[in-house]
Amino acid sequence: MKILVQGKAQGIILKSNDPINFLGTVDKKTGIISDKNHDLFQKSIKDCILVFPSGVGSSVGAYTIYSIKSNNSAPLAMICTKTDLTVATGCALTNIPLVMVSDEEFSSFQSGQKISLDTESSNPITFLK
Amino acid sequence: MDLTREEESALKGEQGEILQMAYRILVATGEATDAEKLIPIEWAHLSGVNYNTIGDAGEEFLSGISKDARVKVKTTLNPMGFDIDNVSNYGLDENFISKQLSIRNSYETMGVTPSFSCIPYEIFDIPKDGTQVAFAESNAAIHANSYDNLKTNKESSFSALASAITGKSPYSSLRKEDTPNVTIRMKVNNPNELTYGMLGFFAGKVGDTSVNISGLADMDKRQCKAMCGGMGTSGTCAKFLFGDGNSDCEKVDFDEKEMQNVHDELNTAEKGDLITLGSPQLGLDEISDLAGKLKGRSFQKRCMIFCPRTVKEQARKIGYTNELERAGCEILSDCCTCLTPLINKENVDAVTTNSIKGAFYLKNSTGVDVNLKSLSQIIEDETR
Repeated sequence: MKILVQGKAQGIILKSNDPINFLGTVDKKTGIISDKNHDLFQKSIKDCILVFPSGVGSSVGAYTIYSIKSNNSAPLAMICTKTDLTVATGCALTNIPLVMVSDEEFSSFQSGQKISLDTESSNPITFLK
Repeated sequence: MDLTREEESALKGEQGEILQMAYRILVATGEATDAEKLIPIEWAHLSGVNYNTIGDAGEEFLSGISKDARVKVKTTLNPMGFDIDNVSNYGLDENFISKQLSIRNSYETMGVTPSFSCIPYEIFDIPKDGTQVAFAESNAAIHANSYDNLKTNKESSFSALASAITGKSPYSSLRKEDTPNVTIRMKVNNPNELTYGMLGFFAGKVGDTSVNISGLADMDKRQCKAMCGGMGTSGTCAKFLFGDGNSDCEKVDFDEKEMQNVHDELNTAEKGDLITLGSPQLGLDEISDLAGKLKGRSFQKRCMIFCPRTVKEQARKIGYTNELERAGCEILSDCCTCLTPLINKENVDAVTTNSIKGAFYLKNSTGVDVNLKSLSQIIEDETR
């Protein structure tokens, strides 16, 4: 596990197996996904622990992360498997905790699970009941 | 990542909030890309200009930082939402125009060259081989790494901005020697620019930070740009290398079936009620070629053409503009097919385009249907 942006969060996992192109497919006011081919189509990423492989596509997606944070529609934290600078810098600027996990760890997460994330802890992710 | 004493001091905020923010972004970028230090860059190209994409939050952010932030190296800029010369023809609301002009003003205050172009590699001189740059526009980053012998990450708007302000970027793997672990084998015969756009889109989904592509014939500028645009849209990939790569590379074929999959994902209409050309924006060569193809012919429906302002001015001097306007084209500079508010679903149902990048954003963000056709097919079907 690699910590890219420090912080603490506690919440419910929303998991996608598809990468996310933040520009254009995430509504910058509501955080709702508009890409019909995406497995989170019509779902909002607001206030969840967003678990997804990586950001993809336009560099301007970083501003989308900034916008959803400004509009109180951002995830509480993000967990990815692959590096993308739109997500890394969007989270860095807005202080959304961001960690990278292995494919094995990724497959252990399921939507609906409640977790606690604390990047300062020796065991950053704990599953809650 | 190892920082110098001065960089540490900036990160702690001892040199002001702007530099602290910039270094925080660079450190996150460095950690994400396993860089061990920061290195100087000579040119930054920024995205995050169109009010349609960055919204009120972005406009306020830029207005705020422009009070203190100044760029330290040559810095150029992506397209905005409209062409000020003819925006009055498009019935755009006053709020959009004033917010867009505020964004423009913020960038100019910071010392950015207002180039409003997504093809900096075509309108500015390319520095010497191996020069480190920081290009945010995804097609431009891929073009710079793959064709122009420059070195850049696939920067985000914020990492490129941080690099512009500090003159530095993390020394990430893409800035060194990057060895792809996947080779895409091009298996489609007689490719046109649409084929290459789909190949790029496919390769972007398969590759990590870079990919090998084998089986390519000589490509013209339009085809190269189409491939960069497609790849930038779908993935995290920032570079393609030409050839088979190492023998231990995983091999993936791009054949008729894979091409059909991409086509089916992005093509949602049999025909369009508007044609757009230019995503990435058209360069002078493409304008010249188009003017030649349109000799004696006219479009039977609206056709919007997007190019940089410098290209529009050159085209006017040479006489291409007259020819294109006679054929019914609307020529727009400073903006692009992608996410311009000049195309919206209240007045357009479906757009015909030869751009895979344009198609993706038209479909997913503008919310209109897309009809994909190559330029030669567009000329054949849509002009008389």
